[in-house]
Amino acid sequence: MNRIRKTGKQEPAESRDQESRSCRGGRVGRTGHTPATIVGILFSWFRDSSLVSWIPDFLLIFSCVPAFLIAPSPAAADVVIGSKKFTESYVLGEIAKRTLTDAGIPAEHRQGMGGTIILWEALRGGQIDAYPEYTGTIATEILKSDPSVSLDQIRDSLKEHGVDMTAPLGFNNTYALVMRRGEAQRLGIRTISDLQRYPEFKFGLTHEFLERQDGWRPLRQRYELPQQNVIGIDHALGYSALANGSIDVKDAYSTDAKIEQNDLVVLEDDLQFFPKYEAVFLFRPSTRADAIAAMRHLEGTLNETRMIRLNAEAERTKNYTRAAALYFDGRDGAPRRPYQNLGDSFPHKLARWTLRHLQLAGFSLLLSIIVGIPLGIVASRGGAVGHFILGFAGVVQTIPSLALLALLVPLPFFGISVRTAVAALFLYGLLPIVRNTATGLQDIPRTLRESAVALGLSPIARLWQVYLPMASRSILSGIKTSAVINIGTATLAALIGAGGLGEPIISGLNLNDHVTILEGAIPAAVLALLVQWCFDLLDRILIPKGLRL
Amino acid sequence: MSALVKLEDVSKRYGDAIALYPTNLSVQSAKTTVLIGPSGCGKSTLLRLIIHLIEPDSGSIELNGKPVTPDNINALRRRIGYVIQEGGLFPHLTARANVLLMARHIGKSQEETQNRLLELSELTRFSENLLSRYPLELSGGQRQRVSLMRALMLSPELLLLDEPLGALDPLVRAKLQKDLKEIFMRLGQTVLFVTHDLAEAIYFADQIVLMNEGRIVQQGTITDLRERPADPFVSEFINAQRGVASV
Repeated sequence: MNRIRKTGKQEPAESRDQESRSCRGGRVGRTGHTPATIVGILFSWFRDSSLVSWIPDFLLIFSCVPAFLIAPSPAAADVVIGSKKFTESYVLGEIAKRTLTDAGIPAEHRQGMGGTIILWEALRGGQIDAYPEYTGTIATEILKSDPSVSLDQIRDSLKEHGVDMTAPLGFNNTYALVMRRGEAQRLGIRTISDLQRYPEFKFGLTHEFLERQDGWRPLRQRYELPQQNVIGIDHALGYSALANGSIDVKDAYSTDAKIEQNDLVVLEDDLQFFPKYEAVFLFRPSTRADAIAAMRHLEGTLNETRMIRLNAEAERTKNYTRAAALYFDGRDGAPRRPYQNLGDSFPHKLARWTLRHLQLAGFSLLLSIIVGIPLGIVASRGGAVGHFILGFAGVVQTIPSLALLALLVPLPFFGISVRTAVAALFLYGLLPIVRNTATGLQDIPRTLRESAVALGLSPIARLWQVYLPMASRSILSGIKTSAVINIGTATLAALIGAGGLGEPIISGLNLNDHVTILEGAIPAAVLALLVQWCFDLLDRILIPKGLRL
Repeated sequence: MSALVKLEDVSKRYGDAIALYPTNLSVQSAKTTVLIGPSGCGKSTLLRLIIHLIEPDSGSIELNGKPVTPDNINALRRRIGYVIQEGGLFPHLTARANVLLMARHIGKSQEETQNRLLELSELTRFSENLLSRYPLELSGGQRQRVSLMRALMLSPELLLLDEPLGALDPLVRAKLQKDLKEIFMRLGQTVLFVTHDLAEAIYFADQIVLMNEGRIVQQGTITDLRERPADPFVSEFINAQRGVASV
């Protein structure tokens, strides 16, 4: 099964139910905002704009932004459960949510928020109240201590961070090395120590495993493994690579449904290298007492076999709510509730992803415009300040988008939220607008600038009535570039749980499910084309006729 | 006869290159003064200094007895009309909007500006039907007429023309010369006109100011210049264009 406990990479496809719920409800972190109207504002601006009203419309945009920034978000559930981006974490999150709801406690599950650090920070920051974690991960990754510490020691250390922990849920999802069953049998490989005899083996390991303190490097040392050919590969893609022989060994989790599905064997950890990864829930002690009690009811109720079954169900149906329901089916007395939201149809989901995508891209674009045009105006005057602005915007553009997201997440104001996604997209969209505004203004012939001056127009009137309209073509093309870039880059927002069309793409990638990838990729591409087309139309409305002759 | 514009010891340099040596000049009211000279002689610089597109390094400029300073320049500019060779019309605005731009900016009433617009289109012989066209939809001559309308919109005390006819073909140019002269007469307009064409200078000028290499070489009527040249350059300049001047 697909368990990547650690920071998992596997990710579920159906996470979308909840994910979008959190989006819509505005509960995105504790300070969610609802950019729902942005796109509407943008579009109505576009539609209503005409040549004459170009400037007033611009002012309108400026004026409506603050109101929308401070729009309060509706309150959400009492208890927010987080989960990491892999199947098992989703399922556990769903189980916790269902447990709480059954106990009459309004609960929300924010699925697949990211990796260990992200969830840990979200918990400490109060954006979530609880999330499933593994003891080995807590010891090594969070507490940076020896993996062999006892549960009590772990609990005590956690308390210093203001976090509490349930007792183990009952299964150990440890790291493991796996290889093709047929080859293992043919070569007589049974344990990790046996790998010493095959230095030519290719290892494809997840990026996290490569870096973890209980990962590849210490493992290689302990077992004195000679293999040199080690590559980093996405967890789900690794299974394909293993199947087609591109690699011989990969890392996996002992409850991963894929091990059986792909006819792989787990190599025995004969030197007991891997620490125990017992599943627990971490929670904030300030959580409602009845919620804590309800979560404690889950202690010791899930063994490995059962977890593998739930994981397999989740992967098969891509429906985590349903998989979690299996847990309750097996318990006596647990009432069976009809699932809602199960039959969320594809058009529904598509509409939700697309709307969220447009919100992300639209709002960030709006910010880029509001900030970018004034910066471009300043930059057009050249000088040290102008060079600095263009230089800064250029440097931002060279940071890979993924890295930019990662850089923003640890900052106090950002964290795991739509805010972070919007901020990253905003920074990305800045350069084309700043640069095009600056060059558009600089390209105005000197004679026309001087004519505006000689007429006696005030500096502001020159800008609004002469310079900006004359640079409108260039400015709009900068905005168009930003918009298209934003539509593309916004797919990455799903990595930090901000939703959008990236959701199915990343799910699909993690599940190695091409159809799911296309469910996001095709609409995203179509959206980019549509946006491009809308802007072409917009050119006709916003660029003064005299410049289009 | 009073001087509307007075320059005293005004000079301008760009780095090591001297565009204008310290220069004195008076522009008489209700007269047309023509600045003439070879390319780079400083005649455009002088014009641009008056409307403060560039700042003088030294000296003072007075308009109607008042010194021109950065503080009052924008108000003063509204009392000066300025027309350049390419017209300087804003391509995103129609002819009408170009002409009315300043009047609207300072909040003149619709009625007042409309009347003035009709007056000007008649004065400059620019068909009203063309007012809704964009500059790119007009011919060169038509553009210069619009540019002139724009310059005259606020009834300026002073009209600065920087080679306004330089880019036109000879027939259009001749017609516009005639119309312009008529307009200046009708309005009793004070004009400072820059050209490098002697025939044009003679045609317009009450007073010719001949410049060379950043200095005024001689001022006076064409007769003064022909018969009493201040230095050999004057004769050389006039003789070089004699063929044209006699046409």
